[in-house]
Amino acid sequence: MPPTLEQPGISHAASDPMRPEPYFVASVSRETHDTFTLSVEPANGVPAAGFAPGQFSMLYVFGVGELPISISGDPEQAGRLTYTVRSVGPATQALVSRVTGDWLGVRGPFGAAWPLEAVRGKDVLIIAGGIGLAPLRPAIYHILRHRDDYVRLIVLYGARSPGDLLYKKELAAWGRSPDTQVLTTVDYGGVNWRGRVGVVTTLFRHLRMHPDKTVAFICGPEIMMRYVITELEENRGVLANDIYLSMERNMKCAVGFCGHCQYGPYFICKDGPVFCYQKLRGLLGKHEL
Amino acid sequence: MGPTVASNRSVIEVEGIAQLIALLQRRGYQVAGPTLRDGAIACEIINKLEDLPAGWTDEQAPGHYRVKKRNDGALFGYSVGPQSWKKFLHPPELQLVELRRDGASLKILHNHSVFPHFAFLGVRPCELAAIAVQDRVFQGGRFTDPHYDGRRGQVFIVAVQCTQAGPSCFCASMGTGPRAREGFDVALTEIIDSDHHLFVAEAGTKAGAEVLKELHAVPATPVLCQQAEESIRHASVQTRQMDTAGIRDLLYENFDHPEWDNVATRCLSCANCTMVCPTCFCTTMEDVSEVTGEHAGRWRRWDSCFTQSFSYIHGGSVRTSSKSRFRQWMTHKLASWIDQFGTSGCVGCGRCITWCPVGIEITEEVHAIRGGGVNAAPISKGDNIHELA
Repeated sequence: MPPTLEQPGISHAASDPMRPEPYFVASVSRETHDTFTLSVEPANGVPAAGFAPGQFSMLYVFGVGELPISISGDPEQAGRLTYTVRSVGPATQALVSRVTGDWLGVRGPFGAAWPLEAVRGKDVLIIAGGIGLAPLRPAIYHILRHRDDYVRLIVLYGARSPGDLLYKKELAAWGRSPDTQVLTTVDYGGVNWRGRVGVVTTLFRHLRMHPDKTVAFICGPEIMMRYVITELEENRGVLANDIYLSMERNMKCAVGFCGHCQYGPYFICKDGPVFCYQKLRGLLGKHEL
Repeated sequence: MGPTVASNRSVIEVEGIAQLIALLQRRGYQVAGPTLRDGAIACEIINKLEDLPAGWTDEQAPGHYRVKKRNDGALFGYSVGPQSWKKFLHPPELQLVELRRDGASLKILHNHSVFPHFAFLGVRPCELAAIAVQDRVFQGGRFTDPHYDGRRGQVFIVAVQCTQAGPSCFCASMGTGPRAREGFDVALTEIIDSDHHLFVAEAGTKAGAEVLKELHAVPATPVLCQQAEESIRHASVQTRQMDTAGIRDLLYENFDHPEWDNVATRCLSCANCTMVCPTCFCTTMEDVSEVTGEHAGRWRRWDSCFTQSFSYIHGGSVRTSSKSRFRQWMTHKLASWIDQFGTSGCVGCGRCITWCPVGIEITEEVHAIRGGGVNAAPISKGDNIHELA
């Protein structure tokens, strides 16, 4: 039986962006050896906050801390928010250790989304590395639900090893959808791996692209995104204006008050995390910016 | 200054400052003002006239600060101390959320239904500018910080115009001083000569005018007003300047300038500059929990971009070198701040220069990045970057 929650009625509550709202963990499932997907529902019975693909929440674990985590679920599934979390430190470990019925504090959603409205009528090329597929999954859900609004959907996904690939069943199902191509690769295959081996940019050779009709959404380690952008711009002729990427920096507040996530003139939390590459040209790859 | 200006000025005596403090207290304000503490002029809650640093001044230079006696009884005869009013509006530590777990039930409480009413006595023009800068940070964007907003909305400000500039001051070149024209309820100019020790007062708001009326301040004579303006003009002669012409692009375009390596050989990454800066706003979050596990709190504390943990993400910190951290601080302060908030983050108060233990001077660093050696290109008249918005 889930615990009961009380929210004292305080008039400032609605206007305080720093105050978490209580949510229950509705389900937890293991994706890989270190990565879990959690779904949460509001504790007070009101519908979960809506979100746009690419946005993130701040997830708070009682007494442990708060983390910015991208929303990885279906934007049209009302009443529930889903996150895919890789355990890399004490706070993420605490987060993935939650079980059904536990509660979390949730703030948000925050940040800029993938421009799904603006890119209607185009081929959408989604390129992800590792956990970077998580913030792109809501965009894939959206495109598949609104299939006629877009032409081709191409997903290029790279992970370190076969055991690090997220959403394996979904990747296979997406690949069977009409006008959809899903290509995966790993940095190191095992003896039983019969798929592709190599960094994600090696997948480009399998693609036929229409650069003037293609928009790219990228999320992964910065070094990977830089190589992908070089491939798109220099070898494929995709314009900087048609390339979008999701950035990561230290974040404490998510609303532009704490200063941690600054990236040149931008706050990743409110100007991003999704940026058009045109805006980041000249910043990306600058050491210690 | 003509007679029309003079007509809305009034005069209060030293005893009138005591009455002002008492009046503000009667109106429910906690009065914060300058006071001598720990060998510096600090901003503290004060109770009475005698708490003010009468007859004290400060001696400042890069990496150097001393208080010393004046040969008069000036109440505001110093430049600026290490602290600013930031500590009242954006407290160094503040509990944002409190959570209680009682068996199966959970309460999320928070901490800001009641805010203190502060009256600030002795706010310098550069500090008014700094408050205006933080207003933009915490109130001017998509999100409003309820903690700042709740304090700021109730504050009563008594400014004191500057009649002397210290060697670290460069407000004149930043367009923020030495004369305040807005942002205060009451502004005072302290006049001390062989005949008088008094204050020319002007009201900046209706609330300020009411307070002056209640103090029975008498109208100031044109001669006295003239004297006040002249003494403020005296403070606009400053040896230190910052050339702000094109400064945003200057810093953006000089990410790889060798001066960053040079300054990194001196910078200790101690974060003093960010702690004394009246506009630096960065914070971190700290989670505390009781050993019983029933009670947890989230605290916001001032943080500094000079710490290595500031830029930590999984895999390591982004800015590991002190070079990159100094560059981030100065580029943010003088360049990206303009993009983010429509104003420079520097108001020319000089605190970062005085309180830097190795005496790094932001004005000289700008000069060096412009490519000028010592005494090179004359300093041009800067754009007034505080009016960009």
